[in-house]
Amino acid sequence: MAVDLDDVRKLCELMTQANRGDHFHALGIEVLEIFRGGASMKLEYHEDLVGDPATGVVHGGAITALLDSCCGFAASTVLDELGLTPTIDLRIDYMGAAEPHKPIIGKAEVYRTTKNVIFTRGVAFQDDESRPVAHAVGNFVALEPGTFDNFREGVLSAYAKMVAEQGGAA
Amino acid sequence: MTHMPNIAEMLSKARECGDPNEFIEYIPYAKMLGVRVDKERGCFHLPPKKSNIGNPTLPALHGGALGGFMEMCGIIHVMLSMDAVAVPKVVDFSIDYVRAGRYQDTFARCEIVRFGRKLVNLSVEAWQEDEAKPIAKARAQMLVD
Repeated sequence: MAVDLDDVRKLCELMTQANRGDHFHALGIEVLEIFRGGASMKLEYHEDLVGDPATGVVHGGAITALLDSCCGFAASTVLDELGLTPTIDLRIDYMGAAEPHKPIIGKAEVYRTTKNVIFTRGVAFQDDESRPVAHAVGNFVALEPGTFDNFREGVLSAYAKMVAEQGGAA
Repeated sequence: MTHMPNIAEMLSKARECGDPNEFIEYIPYAKMLGVRVDKERGCFHLPPKKSNIGNPTLPALHGGALGGFMEMCGIIHVMLSMDAVAVPKVVDFSIDYVRAGRYQDTFARCEIVRFGRKLVNLSVEAWQEDEAKPIAKARAQMLVD
Protein backbone atom coordinates (compact mmCIF):
# COMPACT_ATOMS: atom_id res chain seq x y z
CA MET A 1 0.00 0.00 0.00
CA ALA A 2 1.35 3.38 -0.94
CA VAL A 3 1.09 6.30 1.46
CA ASP A 4 -1.87 8.66 0.90
CA LEU A 5 -0.50 11.71 -0.97
CA ASP A 6 -2.92 13.99 0.81
CA ASP A 7 -1.39 12.89 4.13
CA VAL A 8 2.12 13.60 2.78
CA ARG A 9 0.97 17.03 1.64
CA LYS A 10 -0.37 17.73 5.13
CA LEU A 11 2.90 16.55 6.71
CA CYS A 12 4.93 18.82 4.42
CA GLU A 13 2.70 21.80 5.07
CA LEU A 14 2.83 21.12 8.78
CA MET A 15 6.62 20.90 8.77
CA THR A 16 7.08 24.05 6.72
CA GLN A 17 4.40 26.19 8.35
CA ALA A 18 3.51 25.07 11.86
CA ASN A 19 6.61 26.00 13.79
CA ARG A 20 7.04 29.73 13.90
CA GLY A 21 10.68 30.66 13.87
CA ASP A 22 12.11 27.30 12.75
CA HIS A 23 14.45 26.86 9.78
CA PHE A 24 11.68 26.60 7.18
CA HIS A 25 10.26 29.91 8.41
CA ALA A 26 13.66 31.55 8.59
CA LEU A 27 14.37 30.56 5.01
CA GLY A 28 10.88 31.28 3.70
CA ILE A 29 10.29 27.88 2.10
CA GLU A 30 6.83 27.09 0.75
CA VAL A 31 5.51 23.77 -0.59
CA LEU A 32 4.22 24.10 -4.15
CA GLU A 33 3.41 20.58 -5.22
CA ILE A 34 3.53 17.06 -3.79
CA PHE A 35 3.02 14.18 -6.20
CA ARG A 36 3.92 10.50 -6.29
CA GLY A 37 7.70 10.37 -6.52
CA GLY A 38 8.25 14.10 -6.46
CA ALA A 39 7.94 17.48 -4.77
CA SER A 40 8.48 21.12 -5.61
CA MET A 41 9.03 24.07 -3.30
CA LYS A 42 9.69 27.77 -3.49
CA LEU A 43 12.36 29.80 -1.71
CA GLU A 44 11.50 33.50 -1.63
CA TYR A 45 14.37 35.96 -1.96
CA HIS A 46 15.18 37.93 1.15
CA GLU A 47 18.24 39.69 2.41
CA ASP A 48 18.98 37.31 5.30
CA LEU A 49 19.89 34.66 2.73
CA VAL A 50 22.60 36.69 1.05
CA GLY A 51 26.07 35.16 1.00
CA ASP A 52 27.89 38.06 -0.64
CA PRO A 53 26.62 41.54 0.25
CA ALA A 54 28.48 43.03 -2.72
CA THR A 55 26.33 41.14 -5.23
CA GLY A 56 23.21 40.31 -3.19
CA VAL A 57 23.43 36.70 -4.37
CA VAL A 58 21.77 34.07 -2.15
CA HIS A 59 24.23 31.81 -0.30
CA GLY A 60 24.51 28.26 -1.63
CA GLY A 61 23.66 26.93 1.82
CA ALA A 62 20.08 28.20 1.48
CA ILE A 63 19.82 26.32 -1.83
CA THR A 64 21.25 23.24 -0.08
CA ALA A 65 18.45 23.51 2.50
CA LEU A 66 15.82 23.95 -0.25
CA LEU A 67 17.03 20.92 -2.21
CA ASP A 68 17.50 18.79 0.93
CA SER A 69 13.86 19.50 1.86
CA CYS A 70 12.61 18.92 -1.70
CA CYS A 71 14.47 15.63 -2.12
CA GLY A 72 13.39 14.50 1.37
CA PHE A 73 9.71 15.28 0.77
CA ALA A 74 9.90 13.56 -2.64
CA ALA A 75 11.34 10.50 -0.86
CA SER A 76 8.48 10.43 1.64
CA THR A 77 5.91 10.12 -1.19
CA VAL A 78 7.14 6.62 -2.09
CA LEU A 79 6.86 5.16 1.42
CA ASP A 80 4.14 2.65 2.33
CA GLU A 81 3.05 4.63 5.36
CA LEU A 82 3.36 8.26 6.42
CA GLY A 83 6.84 8.84 7.83
CA LEU A 84 10.09 10.73 7.63
CA THR A 85 13.14 9.81 5.60
CA PRO A 86 16.49 10.77 7.19
CA THR A 87 19.07 12.10 4.73
CA ILE A 88 22.01 9.75 4.16
CA ASP A 89 23.91 12.10 1.92
CA LEU A 90 23.47 14.95 -0.48
CA ARG A 91 25.59 16.39 -3.25
CA ILE A 92 24.94 19.79 -4.77
CA ASP A 93 26.48 21.11 -7.98
CA TYR A 94 26.24 24.86 -8.40
CA MET A 95 26.07 25.78 -12.06
CA GLY A 96 25.63 29.51 -11.64
CA ALA A 97 24.65 32.26 -9.24
CA ALA A 98 20.93 32.75 -8.65
CA GLU A 99 19.66 36.14 -9.72
CA PRO A 100 18.95 38.38 -6.69
CA HIS A 101 15.41 39.55 -5.83
CA LYS A 102 13.79 36.55 -7.53
CA PRO A 103 12.42 33.37 -5.94
CA ILE A 104 14.21 30.05 -6.47
CA ILE A 105 12.16 26.95 -7.27
CA GLY A 106 13.32 23.53 -6.13
CA LYS A 107 12.01 20.40 -7.79
CA ALA A 108 12.98 16.83 -6.89
CA GLU A 109 12.12 13.33 -8.02
CA VAL A 110 12.72 9.80 -6.82
CA TYR A 111 14.52 7.82 -9.52
CA ARG A 112 14.91 4.54 -7.67
CA THR A 113 13.53 2.93 -4.54
CA THR A 114 15.03 -0.10 -2.86
CA LYS A 115 14.17 -1.84 0.42
CA ASN A 116 16.37 0.43 2.54
CA VAL A 117 17.31 3.40 0.36
CA ILE A 118 15.40 5.98 -1.67
CA PHE A 119 17.47 7.62 -4.43
CA THR A 120 16.49 11.14 -5.44
CA ARG A 121 17.68 13.97 -7.65
CA GLY A 122 16.58 17.55 -7.98
CA VAL A 123 17.19 20.94 -9.52
CA ALA A 124 16.92 24.54 -8.36
CA PHE A 125 15.99 27.10 -11.00
CA GLN A 126 14.47 30.53 -11.46
CA ASP A 127 12.85 31.24 -14.84
CA ASP A 128 13.94 28.30 -16.92
CA GLU A 129 13.90 24.76 -15.55
CA SER A 130 16.28 23.64 -18.31
CA ARG A 131 18.92 26.08 -17.04
CA PRO A 132 19.10 25.25 -13.33
CA VAL A 133 21.28 27.20 -10.90
CA ALA A 134 21.97 24.00 -8.97
CA HIS A 135 21.55 20.25 -9.29
CA ALA A 136 21.29 17.80 -6.39
CA VAL A 137 21.54 14.07 -5.81
CA GLY A 138 20.42 12.80 -2.43
CA ASN A 139 19.93 9.40 -0.83
CA PHE A 140 17.46 8.83 1.99
CA VAL A 141 16.74 6.02 4.46
CA ALA A 142 13.56 4.00 4.14
CA LEU A 143 13.10 3.05 7.79
CA GLU A 144 11.68 -0.32 8.85
CA PRO A 145 7.92 -0.84 8.68
CA GLY A 146 6.36 -0.01 12.01
CA THR A 147 8.79 2.83 12.84
CA PHE A 148 6.02 5.37 12.30
CA ASP A 149 3.13 3.43 13.84
CA ASN A 150 1.49 6.33 15.66
CA PHE A 151 2.98 9.07 13.54
CA ARG A 152 0.05 9.61 11.13
CA GLU A 153 -2.51 10.30 13.86
CA GLY A 154 -0.18 12.83 15.47
CA VAL A 155 0.48 14.59 12.16
CA LEU A 156 -3.18 14.77 11.17
CA SER A 157 -4.32 16.14 14.52
CA ALA A 158 -1.48 18.71 14.55
CA TYR A 159 -2.40 19.66 10.99
CA ALA A 160 -6.08 20.13 11.90
CA LYS A 161 -5.02 22.29 14.83
CA MET A 162 -2.75 24.39 12.60
CA VAL A 163 -5.52 24.93 10.03
CA ALA A 164 -7.97 25.91 12.77
CA GLU A 165 -5.47 28.41 14.19
CA GLN A 166 -4.71 29.87 10.76
CA GLY A 167 -8.45 30.13 10.06
CA GLY A 168 -8.91 31.87 13.39
CA ALA A 169 -6.14 34.33 12.63
CA ALA A 170 -7.53 35.25 9.18
CA MET B 1 21.91 46.22 0.02
CA THR B 2 23.41 49.51 -1.12
CA HIS B 3 26.31 51.38 0.50
CA MET B 4 27.79 48.22 1.96
CA PRO B 5 31.55 48.22 2.49
CA ASN B 6 33.12 45.64 0.25
CA ILE B 7 34.01 42.20 1.48
CA ALA B 8 37.77 42.59 0.96
CA GLU B 9 37.78 45.65 3.24
CA MET B 10 35.86 43.81 5.93
CA LEU B 11 38.19 40.86 5.63
CA SER B 12 41.37 42.91 6.03
CA LYS B 13 39.78 44.70 9.00
CA ALA B 14 39.02 41.34 10.60
CA ARG B 15 42.63 40.28 10.04
CA GLU B 16 43.98 43.49 11.56
CA CYS B 17 41.95 43.26 14.73
CA GLY B 18 42.31 39.49 14.81
CA ASP B 19 38.59 38.89 15.17
CA PRO B 20 36.95 37.09 12.24
CA ASN B 21 33.56 37.30 13.95
CA GLU B 22 33.16 40.88 12.84
CA PHE B 23 33.63 39.79 9.26
CA ILE B 24 31.17 36.91 9.69
CA GLU B 25 28.55 39.34 11.00
CA TYR B 26 28.81 41.09 7.68
CA ILE B 27 27.57 38.05 5.72
CA PRO B 28 23.77 38.02 6.13
CA TYR B 29 23.34 34.27 5.71
CA ALA B 30 26.13 33.50 8.22
CA LYS B 31 24.49 35.92 10.64
CA MET B 32 21.11 34.30 10.15
CA LEU B 33 22.53 30.87 11.00
CA GLY B 34 24.56 32.34 13.86
CA VAL B 35 28.01 31.13 12.74
CA ARG B 36 30.86 32.07 15.10
CA VAL B 37 34.58 31.46 15.22
CA ASP B 38 35.64 29.85 18.49
CA LYS B 39 39.18 31.17 18.83
CA GLU B 40 40.01 29.04 21.86
CA ARG B 41 39.12 25.78 20.19
CA GLY B 42 40.30 26.99 16.80
CA CYS B 43 37.11 25.92 15.05
CA PHE B 44 33.72 27.18 13.95
CA HIS B 45 30.75 27.18 16.33
CA LEU B 46 27.02 27.13 15.68
CA PRO B 47 25.18 27.86 18.94
CA PRO B 48 21.66 26.40 19.26
CA LYS B 49 19.21 28.74 17.58
CA LYS B 50 15.50 28.16 17.13
CA SER B 51 15.60 29.20 13.49
CA ASN B 52 17.90 26.26 12.65
CA ILE B 53 15.43 23.59 13.82
CA GLY B 54 13.99 21.30 11.16
CA ASN B 55 12.15 18.79 13.29
CA PRO B 56 10.64 20.27 16.45
CA THR B 57 9.44 16.97 17.98
CA LEU B 58 12.97 15.57 18.50
CA PRO B 59 14.11 18.49 18.34
CA ALA B 60 16.73 18.24 15.62
CA LEU B 61 18.77 20.59 13.48
CA HIS B 62 17.51 21.03 9.93
CA GLY B 63 19.80 19.01 7.65
CA GLY B 64 19.93 22.03 5.37
CA ALA B 65 20.93 24.35 8.22
CA LEU B 66 23.76 21.97 9.13
CA GLY B 67 24.78 21.72 5.47
CA GLY B 68 24.58 25.50 5.10
CA PHE B 69 26.67 25.98 8.24
CA MET B 70 29.37 23.61 6.99
CA GLU B 71 29.40 25.21 3.55
CA MET B 72 29.62 28.66 5.12
CA CYS B 73 32.52 27.50 7.34
CA GLY B 74 34.33 26.25 4.24
CA ILE B 75 33.93 29.58 2.47
CA ILE B 76 35.03 31.62 5.50
CA HIS B 77 37.98 29.27 6.08
CA VAL B 78 39.15 29.66 2.48
CA MET B 79 38.76 33.44 2.64
CA LEU B 80 40.73 33.68 5.87
CA SER B 81 43.46 31.46 4.43
CA MET B 82 44.13 33.61 1.40
CA ASP B 83 44.12 37.20 0.27
CA ALA B 84 40.59 36.95 -1.01
CA VAL B 85 39.09 39.87 -2.83
CA ALA B 86 35.90 38.03 -3.69
CA VAL B 87 33.76 35.31 -2.15
CA PRO B 88 34.89 31.92 -3.55
CA LYS B 89 32.38 30.24 -5.84
CA VAL B 90 31.30 26.82 -4.66
CA VAL B 91 31.41 24.42 -7.62
CA ASP B 92 30.07 21.47 -5.69
CA PHE B 93 29.37 20.50 -2.13
CA SER B 94 28.74 17.02 -0.82
CA ILE B 95 27.65 16.07 2.69
CA ASP B 96 27.36 12.73 4.47
CA TYR B 97 25.08 12.75 7.49
CA VAL B 98 26.49 10.22 9.94
CA ARG B 99 24.66 10.92 13.19
CA ALA B 100 21.53 12.81 14.22
CA GLY B 101 22.15 16.53 14.68
CA ARG B 102 20.58 17.45 18.01
CA TYR B 103 19.46 20.90 19.08
CA GLN B 104 22.69 21.82 20.86
CA ASP B 105 26.10 23.44 20.27
CA THR B 106 27.59 22.30 16.99
CA PHE B 107 31.20 22.71 15.92
CA ALA B 108 33.04 22.39 12.63
CA ARG B 109 36.62 22.21 11.48
CA CYS B 110 37.82 22.69 7.91
CA GLU B 111 40.87 21.29 6.25
CA ILE B 112 42.19 22.46 2.91
CA VAL B 113 43.18 19.37 0.96
CA ARG B 114 44.64 21.24 -1.96
CA PHE B 115 44.99 24.91 -2.77
CA GLY B 116 45.30 25.01 -6.55
CA ARG B 117 45.61 28.00 -8.84
CA LYS B 118 41.91 28.06 -9.55
CA LEU B 119 40.35 25.37 -7.42
CA VAL B 120 40.42 24.73 -3.71
CA ASN B 121 39.43 21.32 -2.39
CA LEU B 122 38.49 21.16 1.25
CA SER B 123 36.87 18.89 3.78
CA VAL B 124 34.65 19.96 6.67
CA GLU B 125 33.76 17.90 9.70
CA ALA B 126 30.98 18.75 12.17
CA TRP B 127 30.45 17.38 15.68
CA GLN B 128 28.54 18.14 18.85
CA GLU B 129 29.72 16.61 22.14
CA ASP B 130 32.72 14.69 20.93
CA GLU B 131 34.97 15.64 18.04
CA ALA B 132 35.76 11.93 17.57
CA LYS B 133 32.07 11.33 16.85
CA PRO B 134 31.21 13.57 13.87
CA ILE B 135 27.57 14.19 12.99
CA ALA B 136 28.41 15.07 9.37
CA LYS B 137 31.33 15.08 6.99
CA ALA B 138 31.44 17.26 3.92
CA ARG B 139 33.73 18.08 1.04
CA ALA B 140 33.69 20.97 -1.39
CA GLN B 141 35.41 22.31 -4.47
CA MET B 142 35.57 26.07 -4.80
CA LEU B 143 36.73 28.41 -7.52
CA VAL B 144 38.94 31.25 -6.34
CA ASP B 145 40.12 34.32 -8.22
